[in-house]
Amino acid sequence: MAKSINIVKSTAVPLNIENVDTDQIIPARFLKATSREGFGKNLFRDWRYINDDENQPKQDFILNNKTYNGKILVTGKNFGCGSSREHAAWAIKDAGFDVVVSSFFADIFKNNGLNNFLLPVTVTESFLQKIFVAVEKDPTTEVDVNLEKQTISVAGETENFDINSYKKTCLLNGYDDIDYLLNSKKEIEEFETLEKKIFNH
Amino acid sequence: MSKTLFDKIWEKHVVKKIDDGPSILYIDKHFIHEVTSPQAFNGLNKRSIKVFRPQQTVATADHNVPTLNQHLPIKEELSRKQVEALIKNCADHGVELYGLGHPFQGIVHVIGPELGITQPGMTIVCGDSHTSTHGAFGAIAFGIGTSEVEMVLATQCLMQTKPKLMRINVDGELKKGIVSKDIVLYILSKISASGATGYAVEFAGSAIRSLSMEARMTICNMSIEMGARCGLIAPDETTFNYIKGRRFAPQAEAWDKAVTYWKTLFSDGDARFDNEIFLDAEDIQPMITYGTNPGMGIGVNDKIPTTETVNETDKSGLSKSLAYMGLKEGTSIKGQKVDYVFIGSCTNSRIEDLRMVASFVKGKKKADNVEVWVVPGSKQVEKQAIEEGIDKVFEEAGFMLRQPGCSACLGMNEDKIPAGKYCISTSNRNFEGRQGPGARTMLASPLTAAAAAITGKVSDVRELIESYEPLAVSHEN
Repeated sequence: MAKSINIVKSTAVPLNIENVDTDQIIPARFLKATSREGFGKNLFRDWRYINDDENQPKQDFILNNKTYNGKILVTGKNFGCGSSREHAAWAIKDAGFDVVVSSFFADIFKNNGLNNFLLPVTVTESFLQKIFVAVEKDPTTEVDVNLEKQTISVAGETENFDINSYKKTCLLNGYDDIDYLLNSKKEIEEFETLEKKIFNH
Repeated sequence: MSKTLFDKIWEKHVVKKIDDGPSILYIDKHFIHEVTSPQAFNGLNKRSIKVFRPQQTVATADHNVPTLNQHLPIKEELSRKQVEALIKNCADHGVELYGLGHPFQGIVHVIGPELGITQPGMTIVCGDSHTSTHGAFGAIAFGIGTSEVEMVLATQCLMQTKPKLMRINVDGELKKGIVSKDIVLYILSKISASGATGYAVEFAGSAIRSLSMEARMTICNMSIEMGARCGLIAPDETTFNYIKGRRFAPQAEAWDKAVTYWKTLFSDGDARFDNEIFLDAEDIQPMITYGTNPGMGIGVNDKIPTTETVNETDKSGLSKSLAYMGLKEGTSIKGQKVDYVFIGSCTNSRIEDLRMVASFVKGKKKADNVEVWVVPGSKQVEKQAIEEGIDKVFEEAGFMLRQPGCSACLGMNEDKIPAGKYCISTSNRNFEGRQGPGARTMLASPLTAAAAAITGKVSDVRELIESYEPLAVSHEN
């Protein structure tokens, strides 16, 4: 897993579908591993193959179209809705993506992405459509994502995106939330002492 | 200053707020299961640290377990290994495990409440999006990813940004034959599968207040299907009566103290919400979904929408959804042939759900073309169903009562719906392939599912019962 992320300039894969749920990203039957690795091969499994057969790729599915590749996945609104499975973020990262662009992300997916240095970039619906048009017209089009400047550019147009400064610092420097929390143990213990005075759990 | 229910609980759990960033939020109870926890324990082991507060985490095996012959070793190797990893991790870290064979085993969101672990005012998390279920008790309860499971195991805290607040009010009296699943599917059909993304949703109004605890859990369970971070309902006498006497409920003096505190947990009269929605309970019909997200629901007597009549949110996906479902726009859903009926999942597998189904099917037989699986939410639900003779009712009707687990809700174990087959399911998601590759899921209430089991097709349950009385009886535990 890439630790730290800043500038990602790459061609993109346009998955022009809305409401992509985590059961599509990685179906439940592939959640049986006990490690974080190797989920990429089953990314969008049921959209990729006919009858679950790797020898029968669905030709019309974008990830099977060799014309499109790159480190940026561009998707329709409400991406990652459904279950909390972090396996969805692992699968996308494992398949070689560092950025997912959409006009709207489901909450838990967004967090899972951020915790895995998979950057969710939220753009306006109109900018999203511009990316789709540009990339679908010319698959060699590069999308330029700059976390430090919080900008995303395509075909000469640029839009700013939001990210809270804490998360941005984490991503730029390769910090984990868990490191931050472990370093806050003393405050947590003090809080517990106070909390127990209020009510017993 | 006036506060919402959510604010009151949130503020009591903030250890520290980071400038222009999240808060360190303290977690009271953490539930874990076999699927989303192994990588978290691996993380702890890599850092050579132990679970920080093992007594605040409870484990069970539910997602991956078979629902037949649970006394035998799990046949499927990967599933078995995952369950074995949970057993080892819990033993190594001193976490209580209600695993297979334990009298408390069951779906994580069923056992928490039934054991009295889930209580008002708590922060509760689990590596499962349906953790929102526990919000029915007036708790902040939400699903988390595995990295976050690791954080809670390591520090009993999470980094969380406070969500916006929405209140959904359902007022008025429910029509006969309408149950809480219909309410939540109706809300979803109104606001869509992304209508509450970024929000914590408080459910309020007289129709919500009138519900039993188990019915309230069904509503909060599906708040994630609206995209909500969590759903919650202010605790009241119904809540206190449900909790009282349960295994991990506060006892004696601690009980009185707890109730005094719980009674302060409500949204103040003039508390502000970022968004507020008002719905009329009398408009709600028995609901069913026709598409591939839970927002795509209609009344059983309604026509499947067309590109012109469908909600804006589902316009672009309508034809893809209907092609997957093998259904036609503008046609009736009533009468659609059904192949499977699944009564179970963290949404509808509690004793009241089973009683509701049993009271309707008693003396009836399932249609020949339908296979019916009833999967209780826990060993305790199963035991109670047997004590009440519900198992006999099901047997006579030709329904198969299986053993507890998540089962065909997500088809991780053997309980899958074959490709192309229609299943009326009391679960929470009708996504493509959710119940098995190619499976066609129609979400509905336990009553509507039971009606389909008897007739073999999508039916209006109200046309099949002369007297509604047995359904109106409230079965408090």
